[in-house]
Amino acid sequence: MNAIILSVIIGVVMMFCSVFVPNKNSYRHIASIGLVLLLAGNIAEMHGFSLFHINTKGMLSYDNFGLFFNTIAIASTLIYVLLSGRDIQKIGTYVAEYFVLIFFVLCGIAILSSYNNLLMLFLGIEILSIPLYILTGSDKRNMMSNEAALKYLLMGSFSTGLMLMGIALIYGATGSFNIEVIHAASPQQGANGMSELSVSFLEIMGMLLLMVSIGFKVSAAPFHFWTPDVYDGAPAVITSFMATIVKVAGFIAFIKLFDARMLGTSVETNKLIGVDWKLLFAIIIICTLLVGNVTAVFQQSVKRMLAYSSIAQAGFMLFALFSMNDVAKEGILVYSVAYSLATIGIFAILVKMKDFTFEGYNGLGKTQPVLAFTNTIFLLSLAGIPLTAGFFAKFFMLESAIKTGTYLWLVIAAVVFAAISVYYYFRVIQAMYFKAGDAAVVEAPTMSFKIGLLLLAAIIIYFGIFPQALLSWFYF
Amino acid sequence: MPIQYYIALSATLFCIGIVGVLTRRNAIVIFMCIELMLNAVNLLLVAFSKMQPVAAATNTAARNAANVGIDGQIFVFFIMVVAAAEVSVGLAIIVMMYRNTHSVDVNFLNRLKN
Repeated sequence: MNAIILSVIIGVVMMFCSVFVPNKNSYRHIASIGLVLLLAGNIAEMHGFSLFHINTKGMLSYDNFGLFFNTIAIASTLIYVLLSGRDIQKIGTYVAEYFVLIFFVLCGIAILSSYNNLLMLFLGIEILSIPLYILTGSDKRNMMSNEAALKYLLMGSFSTGLMLMGIALIYGATGSFNIEVIHAASPQQGANGMSELSVSFLEIMGMLLLMVSIGFKVSAAPFHFWTPDVYDGAPAVITSFMATIVKVAGFIAFIKLFDARMLGTSVETNKLIGVDWKLLFAIIIICTLLVGNVTAVFQQSVKRMLAYSSIAQAGFMLFALFSMNDVAKEGILVYSVAYSLATIGIFAILVKMKDFTFEGYNGLGKTQPVLAFTNTIFLLSLAGIPLTAGFFAKFFMLESAIKTGTYLWLVIAAVVFAAISVYYYFRVIQAMYFKAGDAAVVEAPTMSFKIGLLLLAAIIIYFGIFPQALLSWFYF
Repeated sequence: MPIQYYIALSATLFCIGIVGVLTRRNAIVIFMCIELMLNAVNLLLVAFSKMQPVAAATNTAARNAANVGIDGQIFVFFIMVVAAAEVSVGLAIIVMMYRNTHSVDVNFLNRLKN
């Protein structure tokens, strides 16, 4: 509850700051202070200290998993604002509003990590999405940004429509919006003139529609087509936020929903009519990995390559849904930290570049050694090289899939695709160190920016050597 | 009336909406089709929520609750509010695009496909 309410309060306070504080440079400092407060509030709640006691009638439930994810999301946003705050200022004239919208997105994330009711899922997704539509189009004079915003909006509202239809069908089948299934009610539905078969058919259709709609949000494969265009068109700082924190929040919503609902609609429990979720997710994972990795190889722009790479990473995160056991839940936490931090770092450097193509990185190792060095560590982490956090993230995901004991070919395919991903990540490293050229940056990076990057790289390596450190925070 | 009629009607409206989103080229018409999808859902939710007491009549546990099925109708209000918020943002984005391109045709949206 702390995170939901505090993020809105801080957002509104920042809105007033935009009126009463004339100095534009101070907005990012105010936002950083706000994020620290938010982080403190959330950590306090993890230790049982809640500022607000509101009876939500079981619509929201706070478990350790959700709260810990909240901490990760807020901490990553803090790092993001500290590293890229200066670049957020440069998007346009309404500086404070960009930070306000980021706070509202965080409110949506806090709802998504604690919902226990489909109404809250819907509200959380919308509170998360609507500010993002605005942020995507925040570069108002730029046609690419306009186009990305419109595309994102149309696709986003379309998937919202699908989600609502799914929720309505589930409501019709079970008579409740609670995500904990009350199956005792459904046989009674015969009074409606509906047979038990059609009731479970409604519920399964509902679950499939929900899966498609959240699949849109996390850009899983058959529903990914908006991702490259939107990520490419949006201002690069905003893409950084969308591709990391928001995407991982989508996965948390996905996992919470399917953790509660998957068994009731699967073939194991419902022989008459049921979905083989494992097979379905296996197909989606293969498609996502294939599309993401293979298309990323052919990109010329690093920004667009990162968009496809985020699809490929989503394929790995989908393993948590595929296996849905304790290792998967731990794994998604480690993955969200490793992926978010590395991608935030890469984008923070990308924003500073004059030219977003691979050629634009030529010779960065000579002109900006610190940027090139940290960028290398971030890229290695995304590729999943040992001694970086990304390795253990992928390791946990694959381990969880092996623990299920089936679909071993899926794990093998994932390893092959991870090997393909090394190619396009190393292309950037090769451009930075082994190609002649003078990579130009927009402005000389400040000392504090360089120190921030080095600290971020240190965190990534730390979690790469001691992944248990993260999980021990989760458990204790 | 049996629930099946309502399900069929809202499924039809929903499919009209989906087809409209996928085939139309005018951004505003696409937006109207999305609204049609949302309204089909509203209709279905209200129908289901009216049918809940019938279902609950045979369920001793739920019979005593006076407001069985009311949450479906509450949900409809939430959908309306969120749809209004989405439309206000959406129309602002469409206007912003119109200022730059003097068109609301989504066929113009191919600058990113380089």
